[in-house]
Amino acid sequence: MLNIDNLHASIGGTEILKGLNLHVQPGEVHAIMGPNGAGKSTLGNVLAGREGYEVTAGSVRFKGKDLLALAPEARASEGVFLAFQYPVEIPGVNNTYFLRAALNAQRKYRGEEELDSMQFLKRVREKLSVLHIKDELLHRAVNAGFSGGEKKRNEIFQLALLEPSLAILDETDSGLDIDALKLVAEGVNLMRSPERAFVVITHYQRLLDYIIPDVVHVLADGRIVESGGPELARELEAHGYAWVSDRIAPEAVA
Amino acid sequence: MSSALLDSLKAGFETLPPDLMNGHGVGPLRRSALISALHEGLPEHRVEAWKYTSLRALAARPLTLSNVSTAVDPALIADIPTPRLVFVNGVMDADLSQIDALETGLQINTLTQALRGDNPRAIAVLGRRFDGIANVFARINTAFATEGALITVAADAVIHTPLHLVFVGTALEADVISNLRHVLELRENAALTVIEHHRGSGNHRNLSNHLLHVHLKPGSRLCHARIQDEAVGASVIARSEAVLASNACYRRLDLELGASLSRHELNVSLQGDGAQVIAGGVLLADGRRHLDTRLGIEHVAPNSRCELPWRGLAGGRGRAVFHGGIHIRAGADGSDAQLSSRNLLLSEQAEIDSQPVLEIDADEVKAAHGATVGSLDANALFYLRSRGLPEAQARTVLIAAFCREVLDVLADDTLVQRLAPLLDTALARMEQTA
Repeated sequence: MLNIDNLHASIGGTEILKGLNLHVQPGEVHAIMGPNGAGKSTLGNVLAGREGYEVTAGSVRFKGKDLLALAPEARASEGVFLAFQYPVEIPGVNNTYFLRAALNAQRKYRGEEELDSMQFLKRVREKLSVLHIKDELLHRAVNAGFSGGEKKRNEIFQLALLEPSLAILDETDSGLDIDALKLVAEGVNLMRSPERAFVVITHYQRLLDYIIPDVVHVLADGRIVESGGPELARELEAHGYAWVSDRIAPEAVA
Repeated sequence: MSSALLDSLKAGFETLPPDLMNGHGVGPLRRSALISALHEGLPEHRVEAWKYTSLRALAARPLTLSNVSTAVDPALIADIPTPRLVFVNGVMDADLSQIDALETGLQINTLTQALRGDNPRAIAVLGRRFDGIANVFARINTAFATEGALITVAADAVIHTPLHLVFVGTALEADVISNLRHVLELRENAALTVIEHHRGSGNHRNLSNHLLHVHLKPGSRLCHARIQDEAVGASVIARSEAVLASNACYRRLDLELGASLSRHELNVSLQGDGAQVIAGGVLLADGRRHLDTRLGIEHVAPNSRCELPWRGLAGGRGRAVFHGGIHIRAGADGSDAQLSSRNLLLSEQAEIDSQPVLEIDADEVKAAHGATVGSLDANALFYLRSRGLPEAQARTVLIAAFCREVLDVLADDTLVQRLAPLLDTALARMEQTA
């Protein structure tokens, strides 16, 4: 589904990703862990198409298409969803209005019938009840004045509503207390399906106690330096990231 | 500044109907106002109040004084409900107007009627003096205004149905200037909603020069929206002089969406304890439009309050000028003044000049003012696009949100829902031409 090969990306002339490879199949959950500055958020942003990043080498194919050639809105409509580390507050734009506009823009792109407000609200109600999200969230402006937990849950709600085939969660656990973390993880687990893949970017192993990944990757200095099963996350937790840098040191010399 | 415009006015002065020019002895007032205007000429940029707005192009064009009625396609104003008073090129259109069966307490006359009638008080406003070159259009108005809406609401009368004032400019053989003088007077505890619509038909380059006097007696409440959506070549001068007595409340919204040049001056004197003005607006300067809004709020009485949220957008080669002047005089203790001027610069050739000026001579006041000029938030734009909204739509959503909160100054959801589409239409028009 997602094939990243030898991806090099820089920002402001500084190279952040230095030959990253990642292959994700439908239904899989991949966790990407790594120390601060390793390039975790850059990966999410490059995949979603944020401006300011320059891809200098390598390729990203999503369902066979060249993802990097697409505008951010086209990537979304093709099924890529980025849950932001810092969801943006947009005062004056009603959350429901925004969600319906987004969903219908995606449907239009895909040549599907747009949903009228009744159909849309029906879909919203289904998702709300499953995710234990209060109606009230819908009537407010997008993320405006939301608490950290509310913002992250709103991201998961959007994820549930838009039903992407690839969801990238960029440090969705950051700034959450344990209860909020559990709610977010529960939402993600409800969304797991054989057709949908997840890339879960996180600094801490904690989230992975609740979202059990199929594969764990360690990202350091712009590359995946280690891949393994869920046990790799626990090893990292036990030894710290220094343990990884020690292990990659010889390669860096080479 | 030598001026073909002023020369044409001078020549036209004697051609107007003598009964309207001299009714109730206003002839000498008019003549003196004209002489002052001709003597001082039009202000150049050295005059502080006109620093950012050049009158050079306007000054070079002779205009004909408008005093004959012109037919206009009723479809142009079919969406505007009644009661309504319609003026075409400054002349009242009795067929399109509908002011029968008004609610009790609401009284509407026209300046023409008053000048020919037997109530000299009705035209007392023409006696107001305007000194100095900066006030040249008020003087021209005094010299030439023979029409306008004179509206009074009786004490304790709460008028429920909004009154619509419609001003249509149309293309004639020669470009015209129309001068209108209006009065809105609300007696004690009266309440009224007034909506002004300024529209254009055809590709005209007329100048309309409005001067409105607002008198709000104690406890009265005026809700006033003005939608300036004139033809792209039109010039609009609008000035409001409002005086508020104790606990009077003036809510006002100005949407500046059209014309090539629009100068709007809003002067409010908060003369009574607890008087308040909540006035906001949107300046949409796209294409080659030049919009200049100048506020002068005087806190004279204690515990008076102003809240002034303004938004400016400049795209294309447009220019938005905003001056927010607030003066809290000695003795106006306990006053509260809030001004925000937030602006979006949407193109490299566009320009925004925003100047909040706060002068405080009283003790224990609350005052805050701020002005910002920026571009659309790149993070917000990316966020919307990452959810599937195409870039153009994402921009429109953000721009509309930026403007729309100002509509809340009216504190009337029904009215806001009626006006929001007018704003959206203008924004969509802007996006199309961008």
